[in-house]
Amino acid sequence: MKRSLLAGAVAALAFSLAPPAQAADPVKIGFMAELSGPQAALGQDMLDAFMLVVDQNGGKLGGVAVNVLRRDSQLKPEVANQIADELIEKEKVPIVAGITFSNIMMAVTKKLTTAGVVVVGANAGPAPLAGAQCSANLFVVSKQNDQFAEAMGKYAVDKGYKKVLAMAPNYQAGKDYVGGFKRVYKTPLADEIYTPLNQLDFSAELSRIAAEKPDAVYAFYPGGLGVSFVRAYQQAGLIGKVPLLTVSTTDGTTLPALKDSALGVMLSSAWGPDLPNPANQKFVTDFEAKYKRTPSEYAAQSYDAALLIDSALRKTNGSTENKALTAAMKAADFKSVRGSFKFNNNNFPVQDFYVFEVAKDAKGNANIKTVSKQLTAHKDAYGAECSLK
Amino acid sequence: MSLFLSQLLNGVQLGMLLFLLSAGLTLVFGIMNFINLSHGSFYMVGAYLAAATLARTDSFLLAGLAGIGGAMLLAFAIERLALRRLYARDHLDQVLATLGLIMFFNEAVRMIWGSQPVFTAQPSWLNGSVELIGFSYPSYRLMIIAAGAVVALGTYLLIHKTRIGMLVRASSTHPDIVGALGVNARLLNSLLFSVGAGLAALAGWLVGPIVSVQSGMGDNVLILALVVIVIGGIGSIRGAFYAALLVGLVDTMGRAYMPQITRQFFERSSADAAGPALASMLIYLFMALILAVKPNGLFPVKR
Amino acid sequence: MFPESLHWRSPRVLLALVIFALLLAVPLLSQWLGQSFYLSFATRIVIFAIAASGLNLILGYGGMVSLGHSLFVGIGAYAVGISSFHGLTNGWAQLALALAVVAVVAALTGLVSLRTRGVGFIMITLAFGQMFYFLAISLKQYGGDDGLPLDNKSVLNPLPALDGKIALYYLALAVLAIVMYGIWRTVHSRFGYVLRGFQSNERRMLAAGFPRLRYQLTAYVVSALICTVAGFLQGNQTAFASPSYLSWQASGDLILIVVLGGMGTVMGPLVGAFALLVLEEALSGYTQHWMIVLGPFILLVALLSRRGMWGAIAARRARS
Repeated sequence: MKRSLLAGAVAALAFSLAPPAQAADPVKIGFMAELSGPQAALGQDMLDAFMLVVDQNGGKLGGVAVNVLRRDSQLKPEVANQIADELIEKEKVPIVAGITFSNIMMAVTKKLTTAGVVVVGANAGPAPLAGAQCSANLFVVSKQNDQFAEAMGKYAVDKGYKKVLAMAPNYQAGKDYVGGFKRVYKTPLADEIYTPLNQLDFSAELSRIAAEKPDAVYAFYPGGLGVSFVRAYQQAGLIGKVPLLTVSTTDGTTLPALKDSALGVMLSSAWGPDLPNPANQKFVTDFEAKYKRTPSEYAAQSYDAALLIDSALRKTNGSTENKALTAAMKAADFKSVRGSFKFNNNNFPVQDFYVFEVAKDAKGNANIKTVSKQLTAHKDAYGAECSLK
Repeated sequence: MSLFLSQLLNGVQLGMLLFLLSAGLTLVFGIMNFINLSHGSFYMVGAYLAAATLARTDSFLLAGLAGIGGAMLLAFAIERLALRRLYARDHLDQVLATLGLIMFFNEAVRMIWGSQPVFTAQPSWLNGSVELIGFSYPSYRLMIIAAGAVVALGTYLLIHKTRIGMLVRASSTHPDIVGALGVNARLLNSLLFSVGAGLAALAGWLVGPIVSVQSGMGDNVLILALVVIVIGGIGSIRGAFYAALLVGLVDTMGRAYMPQITRQFFERSSADAAGPALASMLIYLFMALILAVKPNGLFPVKR
Repeated sequence: MFPESLHWRSPRVLLALVIFALLLAVPLLSQWLGQSFYLSFATRIVIFAIAASGLNLILGYGGMVSLGHSLFVGIGAYAVGISSFHGLTNGWAQLALALAVVAVVAALTGLVSLRTRGVGFIMITLAFGQMFYFLAISLKQYGGDDGLPLDNKSVLNPLPALDGKIALYYLALAVLAIVMYGIWRTVHSRFGYVLRGFQSNERRMLAAGFPRLRYQLTAYVVSALICTVAGFLQGNQTAFASPSYLSWQASGDLILIVVLGGMGTVMGPLVGAFALLVLEEALSGYTQHWMIVLGPFILLVALLSRRGMWGAIAARRARS
């Protein structure tokens, strides 16, 4: 009697100490982007594309239920910092995706990766994180910031432009984009003009361009600045006369505001809505059907980020254990909307880059049309500085 | 030489743009002694309403009517409901209240029209460019210069040559006496506030087609307008006009010729770094300089 | 108008002490609840309270509305960042450097700004803030707009390493207590009375022969130095320095905190910081459109608050 009681007690104790059966707890994924304020256009595109994948899979990625925790970083590094703290300590997320802007990325990446969180960057790709500060826990699905510029540089070389004038806003990204262009386009630039970040009116610079008549103008003006700049360029009558080569200036988020005034502008990117692979066609059709607008490259990158996480979780059978997860991510075994995709040693993409032109599409709207492939299976310039293999 | 002339014209054009942006602000500031930081929000609302109307009716003028009228109605309502209690309070409360309004409008506009920049077209009859001495200049910009001049003249005449203007000026210094004369001072204030907002919306309507119409577009403009009116002297339309022209010219010529100037004194790479940094700080440096010498601005209103 | 001297038994002081006791217990509470996130959040509140206290000195007690005070917070953070970048991690040296730089900058900007009054003062402080904001953005080797991450936090021997969250929290709390006590003593000293006199009736003070510039400039510089210490702590907490720390929106936030909590009271900045940050956190959890709620809230605060939250609580208690 006593022995069976004892046996029962021991058994009960053993059961209570044993780990619970593998409950299907949803995998928490933190999604950090700018979701409020004027810069939310990009963050919203990224979130919508990410959720498109999750919703199409019935709230799952890689066969496991996921809980996407949306967090608004408000373009303030100290807010992003706090969100990182919350995601690491309170929510204990294994994966953080999104991150639109380079300064936010620089503020939080180290904190997240050191805490063992896998960061899947879907837009920003600052140079230090591709070089000396790379991490085995960081996977940037979009690009390294300089690469669009390098592709456009190659285009300028191919076209034989002799006299090129560069313009960008006077901040870090502006200088990086011009630097990337110069890395490939070796002819000394006619001039490099860095305009104040909050400049309203570009008449002074455009008058100079009209007077100096360069072979081409290379420009980087993101967001609202891009709308003002391209408009002013067109109104000054320069579009037909001096080719405008841009990066991240005319894209899915600014084109609706520019419409026909941007016709004829050249841009370089890794993605365009008319890339002829099945994954992309499905993506564009589904996105337009659900959200009633054309996706931008930010949406495309975020879609790929979701696909990457989906493929990785499938490989690990839903486990978020760090070593297995990072190995599965590195394999990048998914059909990207950009066609071919694999990771470089520093976990930045090796991909193709194209030059596009803004032209009327089949429906008569101003849209982005592929012109030529400029760089094939291109690696970024900082991989050698990274100690990862 | 023609480059210099076209830069000069650019400076004048920027000046007129700045004047359009600051006219309403200096009126409200000066006459009602009310710090209206939500001025930029009415600029934004005007631009959005104009854009939406233009998209629907294809009439530039109708768009202007909608933009200005809509903003004025909105301003009238807000002034009656909330802001009028703040006239007697100190500037701090006014700063806070209007900061709150900025936040509200930025988000409201985003909720209604989305976060992406909105398309507005230039009217086709202003689309080309005009041949001037040796260079061509966009007609739309010339229109802006004309509009600035008209608004300057119009507001000056209104304030200084009409009975309403006289009442407004009088009630800013002696509201009791004006009230005793049987004039409804409160109504006058509400009207003045709406006119200020209307001027902001006018700027939004005209400037919309050449900048990006999006949530938050007023914040930047607000700071510029504040700088202009402080330089010109708060409350003075004349001051705002001259200050705007001055700032427009200094800023444009500075940006056009700063690289050459800095390259004379420094070697290339540090000049290229210093130049743009100086250019962005230029108008603030200019304002600090003016205020250091003339703390009440260039054309202070005598009280 | 002038509160009574520090009676340790008065309801206001007792309430303040209770609040401080709660603050002291935060690390223990957060460990007990298993949520160390609350500790970082509390640290952020305390740091904001320090900066707001600095601003309160000239805003609440001196009547000078500065829309550019985040400039000094930013310099504090950048002093840590830039020194760390060049290998200098001695916290005391970094702090000394920051304070020295700010003393000069505040003296110069104060001299120019104080030539104006009212609106002109607001504008010119805004202008200076913007100038340095754009300067920070154009500093390419220190990250510029991308910001400057810190590899190593400041080393403040003999205090424990700031890598530990608890150590940083208690340091911030200690600084806050010292700053609050210091402000209390200052506003109850002759200097303080003169400063407040200038706020309530400048003409009379001038007639009595008090030199306005000397008093207001000193207060301005002291308030700037307090903000610098807050910036030093902020740089260490976020391990990052960014131009956004110097933005005019950040300055606006400081003003809001001071007014919300109660201008011209010592506890006001702390209460305001708590209220605003908790409100932002709670709202952004509910909806992406939290700004449409916060905006009218700020408007209401401006319309209704005469004495801020602390003023409302403490005034009631004083009567009881």
